[in-house]
Amino acid sequence: MSIVSLEGVRYAYPGEGRPALDDVSLEFEPGELVVIAGGSGSGKSTLLRAVSGLVPHFHGGTFAGRVLVGDLDSRSSGPGELAASVGTLFQDPETQVVMGTVRGELAFPLENRGWGAAEVARSVEEAALALGIDGLLDRSTASLSGGELQRVALGATLAGRPSVVCLDEPTSQLDPVAGDELIGLLRRLGEDFELTVLLAEHRLERCLGVADRVVALSGGAVVFDGDPDAFLGWALREAPALATPGARLLAGVGLRPTPGVKRARSALRRVGLLNDGMDVLHPTDAKRPEREPALRFERVWHELKDGPAILRSLSLTAKPGDRIALMGRNGAGKSTLLRHAAGLLESTRGKLTKTGRVALLLQNPTDYLVHDTVAEEAPPEALERFNLGHLAERHPRDLSGGEKQRLALAIVLAGEDATVVCLDEPTRGMDRHAKHELAALIASLDQAVIVATHDPEFAAEFATRVVLLSAGRVIADGTPEEILAGGTYFATEVARILDGRALTAEAGAALLTREAAPA
Amino acid sequence: MTYRRRDSPLHATRAAVGLAWCLALAIGALVQSNPVMLGGEAVAVGATGLAAGVWTELRRALPLAAALALTVAAVNALVTRNGLTVIWRLGDLPFVGQTDVTLEATVYGLVLGLRAAILVLSAVLLSVAVDPDELLALMRRWSFRSALTASVATRMVPVLLRDSRRLADAQRCRPGRPPGRVQLLRATTAGVFDRALDVAAVLEVRGYASARRPRRGMSRPWSRHDLAFSASAVAVIALAVVARGTFSAYPALEIRAGAGLYACAGGLAAAALAPFLDRRGVAP
Repeated sequence: MSIVSLEGVRYAYPGEGRPALDDVSLEFEPGELVVIAGGSGSGKSTLLRAVSGLVPHFHGGTFAGRVLVGDLDSRSSGPGELAASVGTLFQDPETQVVMGTVRGELAFPLENRGWGAAEVARSVEEAALALGIDGLLDRSTASLSGGELQRVALGATLAGRPSVVCLDEPTSQLDPVAGDELIGLLRRLGEDFELTVLLAEHRLERCLGVADRVVALSGGAVVFDGDPDAFLGWALREAPALATPGARLLAGVGLRPTPGVKRARSALRRVGLLNDGMDVLHPTDAKRPEREPALRFERVWHELKDGPAILRSLSLTAKPGDRIALMGRNGAGKSTLLRHAAGLLESTRGKLTKTGRVALLLQNPTDYLVHDTVAEEAPPEALERFNLGHLAERHPRDLSGGEKQRLALAIVLAGEDATVVCLDEPTRGMDRHAKHELAALIASLDQAVIVATHDPEFAAEFATRVVLLSAGRVIADGTPEEILAGGTYFATEVARILDGRALTAEAGAALLTREAAPA
Repeated sequence: MTYRRRDSPLHATRAAVGLAWCLALAIGALVQSNPVMLGGEAVAVGATGLAAGVWTELRRALPLAAALALTVAAVNALVTRNGLTVIWRLGDLPFVGQTDVTLEATVYGLVLGLRAAILVLSAVLLSVAVDPDELLALMRRWSFRSALTASVATRMVPVLLRDSRRLADAQRCRPGRPPGRVQLLRATTAGVFDRALDVAAVLEVRGYASARRPRRGMSRPWSRHDLAFSASAVAVIALAVVARGTFSAYPALEIRAGAGLYACAGGLAAAALAPFLDRRGVAP
């Protein structure tokens, strides 16, 4: 007996000719953890919104077909009624918290249902304990970090004990540690409470290992529905952008792709390709010409009045040609460092020197877009450089996420030459194809580039150097092979499978093929 | 200037009592016009800021309170024709005509200003020391949607402030001439609408649209702080009502304050601050 059923659902947003969901028929069982995969604009978010009733009640548009959640039909029951059975968690933790304290936030959906105070209090305590946020209950929501906010929002989603929970890229703003914790937590909740989890994600390597099933969408239609093993095989044939690095590695050595680090290692071990005691990856020893740093932090501090120190005696240099991936947990000081570089913040101690302008692309590219047409935002040569010339007459807010990112980059790099380019979390919500394009774009820049990112796969693609921050200090600074090959959280999937002997699927497959070849 | 749970007896008090206590301070300022009693009130409010650990917030609000007090004083001095002691002849001014500033109107204006400042600072105490969620839960028994709208609006203020700071930072990162104010205003407005839509979607999936009136909850035991602040609120209002002194501004200033009035003013400050002496069980 399915808990959610979609029958021939067709939906188009108001004013849109192209359907966002096209004849979608699916059934989800109790306790299933289903990953919804697909590129940007494939219909993942719309599918989740149809299950939660926001489509069509909140967004309007043209809707056909039927969505049943338990006994409730979304055509006659709105999101408020469906909320008793469906919990929904969106991407941005900032806008998902409406009350002043964590306890108030968790109690809010329950009070909306008219629950008594004792029931509310008990459910709030239970949800907080299940998510490990009981220590936060009396904290002000304004004082929480992004990861904590996302957990609180999940708590508010789960406090009413829904039977289905829809999560729209819930880890996109979390660091790798918080992201992995959240995914693990969802698996446990599914097992302990038979909660059906519908999880839309771009970083599939993060969640396929715990998934029961994968539904892939393209152009609003279901193009794949099956288990994760079958999905990876399909993705390698039909949609390579959806294949995980681990799957590409296994396919590269002629093995059947399988999700998760543990199973991939087992597969390699079975055919003798993974042995204990193999050499770890040695850093590339590419000597770079000695050049004057374009940016130099010397023992820089940033101490908040009546608050903590965000940067603590931080020293860092960036030379022209450097491609630096700046990594670390939420709150480690990455954004603060970039803001200092661009002159948006002043250091309270220490010295910062730069040889020219520092161009900074902040987290939300839409903040740069203030004109009515793309042509007004940046000069024609800048638009051409970033392959935006053909969009000159479009409204900037109508562009796709990747196009907005390129336009914002064109804006900050226009005019006088910048000697350093900084990008703060540029891949949030981007699919793998868009990330690949951005990595290529970064590689084409002549300046020193510093990119704050939580995505080790993306870092491995563009970086010549990785700097790891913790509590405002540089705790590691080395080549990608040195930093991304070891450890768990800040390592690529391939590095975790191969014990740090390669970073990317292609390099890993080449290495294994070489080792397997007869001497 | 937002609520943060601190280890203070006022923060440990239930919201209904915290509200009543802050209202008592405000009512005390409204029923008394004697400067001695208002002085006692002002001392109580200032000392509460220190005792409750919210002095920084109170200090931030002081310029606003002082500006309001001076404005009230200036307006009273300019528009009141009463008072015998002319201290400044301004002559014939547009709109207000012949204007003489008198000592009596100036002093009375300052007293009114002090009263206004106490009201503002009492409101600040309420917003930084009384849990807004609990307060709104209390209000929801009478008007659910109004209380929730107020809650969301309050929550949106810091979110929108952060958004506007982000937008300003992005514009500072643009090389060349900055965009015009109209363009920025349009971008900001579009951003506000986007945010409002996001929050509205969250409210929908949290069941706001089908919200029901909450059932009366189980009774929560009264803590020592609840009892102490309740008694303090009653004492503050009682002292403000019974205190007798002579203060009249017009036609000539007359202030008579005996020992009894000073005792009442001191008693009012002491009654307001007494609950802060007991710090048992103040941590969350």
